Amino acid sequence: MNDMNLQDPARRDFLKTTAAVAGGLVIGFYLPQKGGRAYAADAAPAKVYPPNAFIHIAPDNSINIILNKSEMGQGVYTSLPMLIAEELECDWNHIKVEFAPVAPVYNHTTFGSQMTGGSSSIPSSWEQMRRIGANARLMLVRAAAQQWQVAESECRAENSIVKHARSGRHATYGELAEAANKLPMPEHAELKSPKNFRIIGKPLKRLDTPMKTDGSAQFGLDVYLPGMLTVVIARCPVFGGEVKSYDATEALKVKGVLGVYKVPTGIAVAADGFWPAKTARDLLVIEWNEGNGASLSTPDMFKAYLEQAKTPGVVAHKSGDAAQGMKAAYKTVSAEYEVPYLAHAAMEPLNVVVDLKFDHCTIWTGTQSQTMDRNMAAQTAGLTSDQVEIHTTFLGGGFGRRANPRSDFVIEAVQVAMAVGKPVKVVWTREDDTRGGNYRPMWADRIEAGIDKHGKPHVWQHTIVGQSIVHNTPFEAFMVRNGIDPTSVEGASDLPYLIPNVQVELHTTHNEVPVQWWRSVGHSHTAFVVETMVDELAHLAGKDPVAYRLAFLPLKSRERGVLQLAAQHAGWGKRKLPAGHALGVAVHKSFNSYVAEVAEVSLVDGRVRVHKVWAAVDCGMVINPDGVRQQLESAIVYGLSAALHGAITLDKGKVVQSNFHDYPPLRYSEMPQVEVHIVQSQEAPIGIGEPGTPPIAPAVANALFKLTGKRLRRLPFDQATLV
Amino acid sequence: MITLTVNGKATQIDADPGTPLLWVIRDHLQLTGTKYGCGMSLCGACTVHLDGKAIRSCVTPVSAASGRQVTTIEGLAESLLGKKVQAAWQDVDVPQCGYCQSGQIMAAAALLQAHPHPSDAQITAAMEGNLCRCGTYNRIRDAIHKAARGGAK
Repeated sequence: MNDMNLQDPARRDFLKTTAAVAGGLVIGFYLPQKGGRAYAADAAPAKVYPPNAFIHIAPDNSINIILNKSEMGQGVYTSLPMLIAEELECDWNHIKVEFAPVAPVYNHTTFGSQMTGGSSSIPSSWEQMRRIGANARLMLVRAAAQQWQVAESECRAENSIVKHARSGRHATYGELAEAANKLPMPEHAELKSPKNFRIIGKPLKRLDTPMKTDGSAQFGLDVYLPGMLTVVIARCPVFGGEVKSYDATEALKVKGVLGVYKVPTGIAVAADGFWPAKTARDLLVIEWNEGNGASLSTPDMFKAYLEQAKTPGVVAHKSGDAAQGMKAAYKTVSAEYEVPYLAHAAMEPLNVVVDLKFDHCTIWTGTQSQTMDRNMAAQTAGLTSDQVEIHTTFLGGGFGRRANPRSDFVIEAVQVAMAVGKPVKVVWTREDDTRGGNYRPMWADRIEAGIDKHGKPHVWQHTIVGQSIVHNTPFEAFMVRNGIDPTSVEGASDLPYLIPNVQVELHTTHNEVPVQWWRSVGHSHTAFVVETMVDELAHLAGKDPVAYRLAFLPLKSRERGVLQLAAQHAGWGKRKLPAGHALGVAVHKSFNSYVAEVAEVSLVDGRVRVHKVWAAVDCGMVINPDGVRQQLESAIVYGLSAALHGAITLDKGKVVQSNFHDYPPLRYSEMPQVEVHIVQSQEAPIGIGEPGTPPIAPAVANALFKLTGKRLRRLPFDQATLV
Repeated sequence: MITLTVNGKATQIDADPGTPLLWVIRDHLQLTGTKYGCGMSLCGACTVHLDGKAIRSCVTPVSAASGRQVTTIEGLAESLLGKKVQAAWQDVDVPQCGYCQSGQIMAAAALLQAHPHPSDAQITAAMEGNLCRCGTYNRIRDAIHKAARGGAK
């Protein structure tokens, strides 16, 4: 135990941060009071841009940006400060970033709570962060002008210095900060014209790279508190089941184990480190009441889903007359699709540190959903929200899992803290994480489509069967309309192609398996179904897949630009491919970004090999081109892992997969080259964390059709059928 | 008591000899740069050097490290090669979420120690056991080549 208490890097760092803030003379900072309250922030009306909640300038000219988004790899730690710095006219080399506490001032500008997701950080912060930077700059200029008794318009801010050219006077931001902080917030600071941008649009290096190469970046798992116990939990192997009885005799004999507790999600073992906790957890003898979930087996579920897909569902989209269209079609095709449950499998398994006191609760975790987690933690512990404080760490991958709409991992950790009565770190093993549910839903789809005698798409009838992600969550009330969860049909109910008769229907199923958003959410399945079927229609019409798509995309659609760009760079129709290679294409809009991907594939020893992917993206104006490239590379690998290998299956309610051997992500030997091309655009910028994922599965499936003549309508690809 | 030398410092550890080295490094020494990812030698997030060789600390009992030299990501910059690898990583801007990168860097440093100018095939072979869910593989490959070109010895 002594070993554990000697050092406490977590707390030390937080103390340091707090001290810096409290001692700063500056564009101060709405310092949250003990208990997580930010009084000033609470009083701030909506749609104001108070710089002092986000920018802290110290006398030494260093600038702390308070980041209200979670960094899970997607790059907000760099891109949002870039937006502020652009308008603040500060020295980029003096920027430091810290994660915001939970307070209304840090809420998402459109979702009304503090959260990170939906590829929305850039579009929702684009104006906010620039206004914050501009306000701060104006306050600094104003402070200088007042000190020098000159006109504000004669002063210029540049590189963290305000200058007055006529008199030659200048002052650093650090020198001006205290005076600036006393000024009222400006009503309207002018934003720069994009042609004057000197930071936005530049491929800047990530600010978090150095600390992610020397081991110093702090993730949730890296938080150690004095006297903290590590807890590993045995949860029911069947979703919805509960403990009937348990015997902890052997578990309690493990050296280092300090207690075994029944908690609502299972049996928790607390020890003086992970290893004894995990060893003891595995020695527990537990009898479970498995409940109804034990009836779930994947093959039966798909069978039932596909039967349901043949029956009328709730109409999510209707244009023209699909029934009539089917009769009038010259040629038709009908297909059934199956896509499985998917675990997020972030490299950092879930974990939460909770320090629960009589009237206060402090939580350290890598969450994407601070406000909800705080409120749910408060409710669980019988505290008020302002008695709960959340410290957001770096996230070792999120992919949606760390924005749980039920706050599952945070609530559980608070329940454990209540049972144990000491600071706890709840750690999920990889197996717990893989088997812990909250999956991308499994889906079955049925499409009947047809072309007219000129080959034009004439009719499209699509039925989707699967669970609603927002069912029984706080999101249900405001997201579900007319029985449709929009995340179930996104990318399918809004086809970009000109098709005169379209009907899209939905069957929402219910079972015990908790489901959740997974990088690109509904698009992760609809793009596969839609873009492989469009390819089938092109084939039916005897047309080239790129030309066919272009012929039926509206002239002004932004899909056209990315499709042409990707095709051009891939040498589509022009380049002679090596023997045994083929190209496939897909284009898809998600989260308002447009991405086309061309994949070059072959079969090597009967296995699918993706050699190269050309991606073209239109995400409006680009903040950091290298950040966009990174996200495309990442999203493609994420989607390709799922397309080639990813499946969570159930056998009598139990998850079959457990770790990376049976839920294998892509490895080096399977990694394609990735070439990213960005459409130059002056449109407002759009987020890019997810939109690269949807097109890869259909692009590869379409290439494999070209190569083998076999249509792949199931994910992951059944590679054995290709040989 | 087990005596370990971690990053050049001798330490006495009071732990069950079967405890994986990973959890001694993390829970006892609180060197948190070495990560837990799978516990089964499947992902490489826990990679450290044992007498200069890359090993998976999640399946290596601490007793096996007794009396030997353990280097973690925190100690890597003590060597010129380690510094070069980290610099190359920064130059290429490899990390995204960053969680796997300590293990990737330790594996790459061991590779470069054995093969100062690795081919793509050697990189694939040496790095195949290190998973990255953010898909930074191509950048890692570039960074390894860059470190090699930087004259790593």
